[in-house]
Amino acid sequence: MDELRDLYQATILDHNKKPRNFGALENADRKADGHNPLCGDKLTVYLELEDDRVVDVAFEGAGCAISTASASLMTERVKGRRIAEIEEDFCRFHELVTSAPDAPVNIGSHGKLAVFSGVREYPMRVKCATLAWHTLRAAIGNRGTTAKTE
Amino acid sequence: MSDSRPFDVEAIRRDFPILEREIRGKPLVFLDTAASAQKPQVVLDAIQDFYTSGYANIHRGIYQLSAEATRRFEAAREVVQRFLGAADAREIVFVRNTTEAINLVARTWGEENLGAGDEIVITAMEHHANIVPWQMLGERRGTVLRVAPIDERGDVLLDEFEALLGEHTKLVAISHVSNALGTINPLAEMIAIAKERGITVLVDGAQAVPHMKVDVAALGCDFYAFSGHKLFGPSGIGVLYGRLPILDAMPPFLGGGEMIESVTFEKSTYAPVPHKFEAGTPDIAGAIGLSPAIHYLEEIGRDRIATHEHALLVHATEALGAIEGLRLIGTARQKAAVVSFVVDGVHAHDVGTVLDQAGIAVRVGHHCAQPLMEIFGVPATVRASFSLYNTHDEVDVLAAAVRDTLEIFR
Repeated sequence: MDELRDLYQATILDHNKKPRNFGALENADRKADGHNPLCGDKLTVYLELEDDRVVDVAFEGAGCAISTASASLMTERVKGRRIAEIEEDFCRFHELVTSAPDAPVNIGSHGKLAVFSGVREYPMRVKCATLAWHTLRAAIGNRGTTAKTE
Repeated sequence: MSDSRPFDVEAIRRDFPILEREIRGKPLVFLDTAASAQKPQVVLDAIQDFYTSGYANIHRGIYQLSAEATRRFEAAREVVQRFLGAADAREIVFVRNTTEAINLVARTWGEENLGAGDEIVITAMEHHANIVPWQMLGERRGTVLRVAPIDERGDVLLDEFEALLGEHTKLVAISHVSNALGTINPLAEMIAIAKERGITVLVDGAQAVPHMKVDVAALGCDFYAFSGHKLFGPSGIGVLYGRLPILDAMPPFLGGGEMIESVTFEKSTYAPVPHKFEAGTPDIAGAIGLSPAIHYLEEIGRDRIATHEHALLVHATEALGAIEGLRLIGTARQKAAVVSFVVDGVHAHDVGTVLDQAGIAVRVGHHCAQPLMEIFGVPATVRASFSLYNTHDEVDVLAAAVRDTLEIFR
């Protein structure tokens, strides 16, 4: 079970059980739907922007622990940040969950998101961890399309 | 005739080399045979032997090697014919899998015989492979898809099924055994109901042939499809059985080599069945590997396999059913050894990952039956499927790992 604790760390279990920034955002000026057809996970990300800064963000939907916790931690991460910074966050996060399992993790640059390093051991779960981020980027682009992991 | 030989699961396990593998440091517990079965040594040997010392293309070489390969390929067709109880080897068409078999029927028989307003009746538990081809046919020809409902256990409602069959019904397309629920449909009854009305019947037998004796002549269906890979044979080979008069009258499927009689730039004439439906070089090694898989099952005895699997099903249903917070999806009266379930508050994908960590391979997701998942109000389930090589210890390992899952997510 120890290996599993690496994947399902306390932070992930906590955010799964009590997701932060959960629910629709009334003043949202952008939103996007995300869908992982592999497992049926669906979520919606709402954004309130001032110029290029995210002043508020929320999500709702149903998914596995990895995708729910990832969405929850993502909202905490990006609130107050500029779009360009968020793009950097996404790239770093994507690299974190897709890097080799034994690659060193720079905790400092990932902050709380470092808890997702365990996903590297489970390639089938990478899409769960990145669904919220793909959806967020779709919302920023306001393309009005459904973000898909496939 | 009953077979009283003891069922030696350990001896059977030794026939499957992959079962010696460890996954994440634990012995592999393979509970995903309903997705695809592992292969016994006799199948591996047959494929290796064919490629090593017997390989050539079939039906065209004048040389000995090609003649030998052709003979082995056609012998495999006869093995399948006997296995299914078909009257004639020409009724056995080799395809890639069940999906291709059903698409073949939709594209040829369907295009030729069905038109606007004609109805195709399926059940609510069908795999996407027995839904989508008919929807695609509907887009082209204007046919209408009707769905026979099921009850909360996962049994088809026979009265409602019967009531759906009317003057416009031209095809009944039903699964023999549900992949997601394990339900064994009352096939003989359903076929009889359709046949009283002169309706053509196609059966998706992918989940049935590995578990029970199937006799297409006794059933009286017009088409019966299955996949080799679920029958402990190679992936890439499948079978469409069709009654000879129907196959004869059907237009060809793909055009190309092997399926022709003569070709000029003005016109081509087609080969007789079954070759009319087998354009291009087929999966020769696949057919040659399927044959020993069938022999292997028949040697062990499908009745004995069914008895073993049923004991595992009963054990698993009890062991999992006793876990608080676990809900079984699909509790039909007659079931194959498939246990589908959801765990309160834990997504199926998370259950699957915890089980994977314990070396247990299960399927999680919608099992290519999204409409069915909607009926049960769940996005996904965990599905453990049991086969001849599974043990009662493995059932206990599964139940313990599910308890661990609840522990982690509590």
